[in-house]
Amino acid sequence: MRYYEALGLEPPRLKLDAADLQKRFYARSREWHPDRFSTRPPAEQQTALEMTALINDAFRTLRDPVGRAEYVLSEHGLEASAQRGKDVPADLLEEVLELNMALEEADGEQAARSLAQFEAALAALDGQLAGLFAAWDAAPSPDNLQPVRAALNRRKYIANLVRDARKALETARES
Amino acid sequence: MFAIDFGKPKNEVVVGIDLGTTNSLVAAMGPSAPYIIPGPDGDPLVPSVVTALPNGDFLVGNPARRALVTHPKLTVYSAKRLMGRGAADIAEERKLLPFKLGEGSESVIQIELGTRTFTPPVISGIILRRLKQNAEEHLGEPVTKAVITVPAYFNDAQRQATKDAGRIAGLEVLRLVNEPTAAALAYGLDKRKEGIVAVYDLGGGTFDISILRLQDGIFEVLATGGDTRLGGDDIDNLMLRVALEDIASEWGEDLSRNQEAVQLLRRAVIEAKHALSVLPRTNIVFEYKERRYARELTRDVFNRLVMPIVERTLAPCRQAMADAGVTPEQIDEVVLVGGSTRVPLLREAVERLFRAKPHCELNPDQVVALGAAVQASILSGQQTDKLLLDVTPLSLGIETMGGLVSRIIQRNSTIPASATESFTTAVEGQTNVLIHVVQGEREMVKDCRSLARFDLKGIDPMPAGFPRSEVRFLIDANGILQVSAREQRTGKEQSVEVKPSYGLSDDQVEAMILESIERAEDDFAERQVREMRVEADNVMQAVEKAKQSDAWFERPEDERERVNRALNELLVVYHGDDHNLIRVKIEALDEATRPLAETIMNTAVNHALKGTKI
Repeated sequence: MRYYEALGLEPPRLKLDAADLQKRFYARSREWHPDRFSTRPPAEQQTALEMTALINDAFRTLRDPVGRAEYVLSEHGLEASAQRGKDVPADLLEEVLELNMALEEADGEQAARSLAQFEAALAALDGQLAGLFAAWDAAPSPDNLQPVRAALNRRKYIANLVRDARKALETARES
Repeated sequence: MFAIDFGKPKNEVVVGIDLGTTNSLVAAMGPSAPYIIPGPDGDPLVPSVVTALPNGDFLVGNPARRALVTHPKLTVYSAKRLMGRGAADIAEERKLLPFKLGEGSESVIQIELGTRTFTPPVISGIILRRLKQNAEEHLGEPVTKAVITVPAYFNDAQRQATKDAGRIAGLEVLRLVNEPTAAALAYGLDKRKEGIVAVYDLGGGTFDISILRLQDGIFEVLATGGDTRLGGDDIDNLMLRVALEDIASEWGEDLSRNQEAVQLLRRAVIEAKHALSVLPRTNIVFEYKERRYARELTRDVFNRLVMPIVERTLAPCRQAMADAGVTPEQIDEVVLVGGSTRVPLLREAVERLFRAKPHCELNPDQVVALGAAVQASILSGQQTDKLLLDVTPLSLGIETMGGLVSRIIQRNSTIPASATESFTTAVEGQTNVLIHVVQGEREMVKDCRSLARFDLKGIDPMPAGFPRSEVRFLIDANGILQVSAREQRTGKEQSVEVKPSYGLSDDQVEAMILESIERAEDDFAERQVREMRVEADNVMQAVEKAKQSDAWFERPEDERERVNRALNELLVVYHGDDHNLIRVKIEALDEATRPLAETIMNTAVNHALKGTKI
């Protein structure tokens, strides 16, 4: 996987240490940044440009756990978004209806309650994701990647709910 | 004994240039620190003002600023505000800048000065050429490479226009550096091993805020934000408007259409603005056609006037902190850049927002140019411990169905940055695909800035949806977009034709450069001839003096004849304009007088040894 390779992180892992990642990013940048190749022939400058773009793209993607997992999924031919349905997860149905009401009626108290609920759900899911990451790192099989994909889709849905709840809260405050 | 070294210097100097809205500066790296190169008049600042004289010559800098009053219709200032813009974007500027626009200003502004028309990159190119000449004069060698700074919030077209200006001036622009990042470099803030720094840069016409993380010599920009039409000019214009109204009611005469009077009054309000940075009160004094206007202005009144401008800078600061993921408490240092940061109200506001006392040890007018010189020395390999990692200020997107924007590179991504998108055809037999690229944060294409249309050509005719082209969008280290494409199936490179929405085509820039190169070479050749004549003067004087010595008469007849012949030949070419020929004749004279020089030397040595006169 090119992004992992670019930062010398082979074999790929879903769980990465942020400080280590940053250190690698800086070291690779020192080595390849176009500023270091300004007096070199054009061909070398082009290589430096390509390498640095790759290093930057890799760091930007891998430092975010969600972006990182989506990248690994797509490298395995599993587009994270392909499976995403419009269906509300059954266990959240009631809460989603409450949020919609809060949105419609600019109900600040309900919006605050919804926000707290969805933030808690998001935190719980992040905990779950960490476990799934560890499982894939220990045994990087497609079987261990499917649950990651499911969790990511659910996370995306909840993240949108958090965003909408914030919006509802804001609207309620303004009105 | 007349040896002159004509060899090219091994390490060609790379200068750093701050091409400002109000003033421009050029700096170079000294043995230990960067320094500003002053103009021949001793002023470190070259006002960014150009006058196009009827005879074809240009006034640049201070003389042009003086001509603003005498030749307002031939003089242009604040051209930076027009860079990379079209007539439709500058409605706001038109109110402030009294320039006449020529035809074809939709994609590139055409500024009419007398009978001639100039684009903003050419005006900037003329300023850059002056800075280049000042540097050459000062360093005594040709300068062909530069680092030029731009506001961090400049978009692609504005950056490209700046690069074009460099090319027009005969400068190879090694890098465009963001102004706040350059300022951070100048402060040498990397000396603290680790920390978060905010750079607040309010110049003549632009505002930037950048948040950086410093670690072991790496300057990593975390986020940047700003407003490319906000600056000290706006303060001047507010004050000017108030003063014009005041004069109208006092004199019963509206001066706002009288360019000469407006320019004089503008100077008076700017003086008052400067005074109020140090004094609690001052007077705006304006004399025109034997009438006198004087109005006291207190700092309190001034503060109320500029408060809205200060407020407008705070929102981008908060956004940049949010984007960088830092709180005010995490910011270790704040750096102030730009002349406008001398306003006390603004300093207080910045201190309150970031909860840190701002740095202002370095001259806020000079710090950007000094930083550019540091970056120049990094690029020429003289400094290897420092490295800048900058970001793109605006998201890059492509137009999709229904006029929506699909974002492909997010703002604040470290550059160089890239994204690859797959494209296909919509109808059978389609052989090209048009890709519209925009910059901005909004959802709709119409709310973003159109950057260019890329025409992807040479697709094999196939049923709709069959061809697959991979288009690669790459933002380089200057923040400028490059696009390439290849056929996914065959891996074959595909041609992409670029139609920039704003700016000059390559051919147009090329035409403008040729003209300026010719002129620059004329200038340079002239100077080389002048310098060579000085050398010839020295040589001829020395020879004439030697001919008075006893040694001259000791030399054989034919040798003396050879010397006289060489002397005459040098005199013949002396008034020509070929410096190479003068050099050749100097060398010939040098050769012919060598035995004579040796004799004189020996005689002198003998005298010294004997300590007596013969």
